[in-house]
Amino acid sequence: MSELHDLLEPGDVAPGDESEHSVRIRVLGYVVGLGLALLLTATSFFIAGTSLVWQPSIPVAIIVLAIAQMGVHLVFFLHITTGPDNANNVLALAFGLLIVFLVVGGSVWIMSNLNQNMPAMDQIMQMQTRG
Amino acid sequence: MAMTATIGQALADPHHLGRALEHPGPAPKRIVTGFGFWIFLLSDIVMFSCFFASYAVLLDQTADGPKGSEIFDQKSVALETVFLLLSSFTCGLAGIAADVRNRLWFYAAMAVTCVLGLAFLSIEFREFADLVGRGYGPSRSAFLTAFFTLVGCHGLHVSAGILWLLTMVAQVFAKGFRADILRRMMCFALFWHALDIIWVAVFSVVYLLGSAP
Repeated sequence: MSELHDLLEPGDVAPGDESEHSVRIRVLGYVVGLGLALLLTATSFFIAGTSLVWQPSIPVAIIVLAIAQMGVHLVFFLHITTGPDNANNVLALAFGLLIVFLVVGGSVWIMSNLNQNMPAMDQIMQMQTRG
Repeated sequence: MAMTATIGQALADPHHLGRALEHPGPAPKRIVTGFGFWIFLLSDIVMFSCFFASYAVLLDQTADGPKGSEIFDQKSVALETVFLLLSSFTCGLAGIAADVRNRLWFYAAMAVTCVLGLAFLSIEFREFADLVGRGYGPSRSAFLTAFFTLVGCHGLHVSAGILWLLTMVAQVFAKGFRADILRRMMCFALFWHALDIIWVAVFSVVYLLGSAP
């Protein structure tokens, strides 16, 4: 009955736990994750200091590389997958990300808007002396 | 009678997936514990996002003090990143060793994780001490306040993680690989990996983006 139950209903898996149990495969997963993360880190640090690429593209590239590396960490180290047994973990993560983007994006948006419409006192003085 | 049978079926199979089962009962404790800790980690990440937001807002408020590009040393940051990444890897190996109940590999991997974490902390402490010594402490400007709060909060988390690591080793030494100890080990590994994820955001946003002239 229990085998049939496992077959029919994949159930849940704790975050950080994996489905397969062979030690070799599990270690291999961490090695692949480490390799990818090192590669992305090295690219980030290289891009930040290089003059080879168009300069305004550098911040975008660093952010994209950072998000990619967080994805690598989530998949290979925390074992958050798209499988049905991981649905609860992914939903919690999605909600957390929503809050993070609201907080960071909202703060940056509002404060830059305020800076434009209500310049700080020293900036007003500068404008007055220039005019 | 037929009515109650239909209701019973609807309850057992609410989404009509065609695989009605009798009540499966609560999830195993390992899943409940892991999920609860995952929620805590996400709330921790939300807390860090507030510090990231204040750093992004205060980035230019240097009050004629130093800008990021004048005080950040990319070489030591790269070294910190490598140390923390490798410690995340060895922490994963320690988790596998605990699952297969291999004491030797568990102790070895935890020892390496601890040493790498301490190396990370010592580099960070030296950086902070150097900045404060040059008069660029957290009270110098709003930018430096945000910087010390964000990076220091991560450093505090790593310090707490190392204390937790030592207690995990002691617990395995004293009590062996019991089910409750393994659950705590799973939570510790999650915590350590999450710290590495936050560090990815720190070195990208604070050090790499912040050191743009």
